Amino acid sequence: MRSVVIVGASLAGFSAAKSLRKHGFDGSIVVVGDEPHPPYQRPPLSKQFLAGTWDRPRIDLRLPDTLGAEWMLGARAASLDANRREVVLDDGRQLPFGGLVIATGARARKPRWYAERPGVFTLRTLDDAIAIRDHVRAGARRFAIVGAGFIGSEVTATLRALGCDVTLLDVDPLPMLRVLGEPLARVCLRAHEAHGVRCELGVAVEGLTGESSVEGVRLADGRVIDADGIVVGTGVVPNVEWLRDSGIDLREGVACDAACAVKGADRIVAAGDVARCDHPYFGSHRVEHWNNGITQGDAAAQTLLAAPGDAAPHVAIPFFWSDQYDSKLQVVGLPSPTDTMHVVEGSLDAPRFVALYERDGVATAAFLCNSMHRAAAYTAIVEAAAREAAHAGAP
Amino acid sequence: MKIVVDFDACMSNAQCVRAAPTVFEVREDGFLYILQEEPPESLRAAVEEAARLCPTQAITIED
Repeated sequence: MRSVVIVGASLAGFSAAKSLRKHGFDGSIVVVGDEPHPPYQRPPLSKQFLAGTWDRPRIDLRLPDTLGAEWMLGARAASLDANRREVVLDDGRQLPFGGLVIATGARARKPRWYAERPGVFTLRTLDDAIAIRDHVRAGARRFAIVGAGFIGSEVTATLRALGCDVTLLDVDPLPMLRVLGEPLARVCLRAHEAHGVRCELGVAVEGLTGESSVEGVRLADGRVIDADGIVVGTGVVPNVEWLRDSGIDLREGVACDAACAVKGADRIVAAGDVARCDHPYFGSHRVEHWNNGITQGDAAAQTLLAAPGDAAPHVAIPFFWSDQYDSKLQVVGLPSPTDTMHVVEGSLDAPRFVALYERDGVATAAFLCNSMHRAAAYTAIVEAAAREAAHAGAP
Repeated sequence: MKIVVDFDACMSNAQCVRAAPTVFEVREDGFLYILQEEPPESLRAAVEEAARLCPTQAITIED
């Protein structure tokens, strides 16, 4: 293998490029990215960058001088011919490869009623964050946030800190209900309310009001929430359309084995938000966490370089964090809202606590609130439980 | 080997603590502490793993 093409120039693609070099690959590396920007950190976009406390250079990912990769930025992959081993860009350019890393990530999901017009935003990219920040700087003061997941919740907290009036909307009756389950979702609701957020939950948004610029959102119960800025955070869609004719299984993401090798393909791997990998402990999952881009990008690169059948499974325990108001939230493992949850340190009314999720008496995840000093210990607990459960379930 | 942490970038996510617990510690105050600024060569792999896993790329290893 003398050449690797990496499609996707965010964290997973960048991490794969670094890993290829670290593990001795000295052939050519071409990285294709549809955004015009070199790789940057996405987590601060809804937090420090939107708040204006971190500027652009602060969020750039450091490119090692020794990487020796060719960056094709502002270029979009249009198709993959797996037999001819070639990626075709939308301007017709052809990129032959010995090995391929699919790292095209995901994009913001836009509801049916979504319309591109001034004052209406999703938040996924640097340009999205700049647009929202500029809208605030131009004087927007009343925001409606549609979707009370992590992005919506973080944007809500940041905009409140900037002095904006914020209404947080979700079709679910509590924020982050589908991720965290009811008891912790109630804690999240309390935090928003304590910071003066108007929460309109359990009601669907049906459309926008206003013509040339936005004036608000219309709810299913007929009410209208006035707003001069709307941020929609209703999940993401994996960017797989360019692989449509490749023969790859694309249901819920690019189907991969536990070592990030694309199933049914030769020397093609996938990593990051676009990849649905078999996890030795957690089954087949697409993981949207930032750190997954680091670890899967690395694992995918090592799989490309490994002898056939020699690739090691990627066994990282999922991890993400969120900063909202004065709380730092961390989740390790994969909680399900149907798991039982109990508080193991502190209490839900305290400024810091730790909760453990269990299924059939086995720990599945830990939720830490302002308890960073306990993160490593609970990661070890969740990892040990997952490993044991996987081995017990093995034939 | 010398460890440099950009404490403005550090978010105390403690991924480094998992990778190299004798070098990094996040304490109850929520801040990261470096237990050994110049750890022995035997810890290089662990420290490199810590730097790699840091979600905010706050850890640099100097030679």
